[in-house]
Amino acid sequence: MSKIPLIGRSASLAFRTPEGVSFSYPLAGPVSRFLALSIDLICIAGITVILNMALGAFRIATPDIVGAVLMIGYFLVSIGYGIVLEWLWRGQTIGKRILRLRVMDIQGLRLEPSQIAIRNLLRFIDSLPVFYLVGGVSCLISRNCQRIGDLAANTVVVRMPLISEPDLDRIMPGKFNSLRQYPHLATRLRQKASPAEASIALRALMRREELFPEARIELFAMVADHFRPLVRFPEEATRGLSDEQYVTNIADILFRVDKATSK
Amino acid sequence: MIIDLHGFIREERFYWNELEGFLQKMESDALLRMDLAEARRFNYLYQRASSGLARLAHFSAERETHRYLQSLVARAYCEIHETRQRPHRLAPLSWMFGTLPRAFRAHIAAFWLALAVMSAGLLFGGMSLALDPGAKQVLMPFEHLKGSPSERVAREERAEEDRLKGIKSRGAAMYMTHNTKVSILTMVLGASWGIGTVIMLFYNGIILGAVCMDYMLAGEGTFLISWLLPHGSVEIPAIIFAGQAGLVLGGAIIGKGNSQTMRERMRAISADLVTLIGGVALLLVWAGIIEAFISQYHEPVLSYSFKTGLGSIQLVLLILFLAFAGRGKGREGA
Repeated sequence: MSKIPLIGRSASLAFRTPEGVSFSYPLAGPVSRFLALSIDLICIAGITVILNMALGAFRIATPDIVGAVLMIGYFLVSIGYGIVLEWLWRGQTIGKRILRLRVMDIQGLRLEPSQIAIRNLLRFIDSLPVFYLVGGVSCLISRNCQRIGDLAANTVVVRMPLISEPDLDRIMPGKFNSLRQYPHLATRLRQKASPAEASIALRALMRREELFPEARIELFAMVADHFRPLVRFPEEATRGLSDEQYVTNIADILFRVDKATSK
Repeated sequence: MIIDLHGFIREERFYWNELEGFLQKMESDALLRMDLAEARRFNYLYQRASSGLARLAHFSAERETHRYLQSLVARAYCEIHETRQRPHRLAPLSWMFGTLPRAFRAHIAAFWLALAVMSAGLLFGGMSLALDPGAKQVLMPFEHLKGSPSERVAREERAEEDRLKGIKSRGAAMYMTHNTKVSILTMVLGASWGIGTVIMLFYNGIILGAVCMDYMLAGEGTFLISWLLPHGSVEIPAIIFAGQAGLVLGGAIIGKGNSQTMRERMRAISADLVTLIGGVALLLVWAGIIEAFISQYHEPVLSYSFKTGLGSIQLVLLILFLAFAGRGKGREGA
């Protein structure tokens, strides 16, 4: 396992598996963690209010017992909220779930219940003297953005961006591609285009819906202008093609091997 | 250098979906156990996704698929490579009569040290009050302890009505939660290289020593023992166990004479720390009940001999439990 030693928000935690595969997790910064904590504190307050209302009806009959139950209930909720949820939801509380954060073992292994308990119990020290100052400072100065509880429990908090299965049909719908009429030029394009250039074309297509119309036209014009000199396709193959369609066809050649030509 | 991404995704999608299904099932059930066939299939899917990731990393610049596969492999990695032994079902009896006393004995040196620090505080508090009775106002943390012991004894022995009627349960809850918070704080302050834990133990010792000396000097030794022993025989050891846990934590952070890295040292003690603090919480629940329902009642309601006897029996049982429970059933002295 190796780490990228950056401080705070921009750091990530990298792993190399025995199979020789590398992957990394982006580390959560103190701000996003504080926001998640704020949501959790609201949830704890909400649970306490609900408990109070639920037992309120019995308060007249048995005020002593209800008072005791409330006192113990609040204590258990405030201590146990993080422990129970992080155990049941594999390192997530409601706040962390909403902000797509997750607690994980620093070696990428499964979280142990004892690790969860220790990092949550050590909140006592991280919250000193006010507003998690000790924990916040620790996050800022530690290599992996860890508060004291994380250091003691060997845990880190990582960001888990929503990653869904790629859908190439959505961006390259398999329509007629006039450039494929020239298989020798298509093959030359594959040879000449570097992975980085191919990636630019594909990423432009994947993110085109996020762009303003003017920016979209400008971007595809730039990308098309970059690819045109790489391999000159005959004019009849590119006539009437917009820059965006041209880039779509280029990406189609680069990322989708034609069955007929590949055999 | 670019692979047929479309064909690659089409071929592998089925396996990725199956792996994703496995992972979702595992992530939604903390206690899930796979049978051998499932485990083999899971391992195969993980290996296949890893291989796909390696191919993509070398032969394609396509980042979305790369990120997706990376997240799948990362999630599966922690399941495949986790080798630490852990219980899959809660077993409270086995924990209480095996794990807990064994964890206590495994760190007995830290216990003796915690006991020594608290005893030093006790001596210091007692001596301070004996030499300077005026220090009582500074040493006593609670208002009701600042008055005259003899007046208190006379008042409470005279009481004809139950002065705690209607607030006993709340009192028990207050004792439990307050003492548990103090214990957790004592343990977690071990993160300050053990200094915070030592201060907490010493401070609690001072208070206890001052209270004891105050009642002894007033000639109320019998009252003192019968008042403190029923709950103190459990509560005071519990605070010392919390100190023991704090010193274990501090020792792991300092790591003197230990060739392991701090990460390895913390990993080695984390389960024992949680076990010890769990035991402390359990003891304090019992102590809270005894303190609210028995300790605060004196003669003629409850005889001093009964209270002293109860406290002594509890202390002996606790010592026997910690010394002998769980021997020969599992890990010892680790």
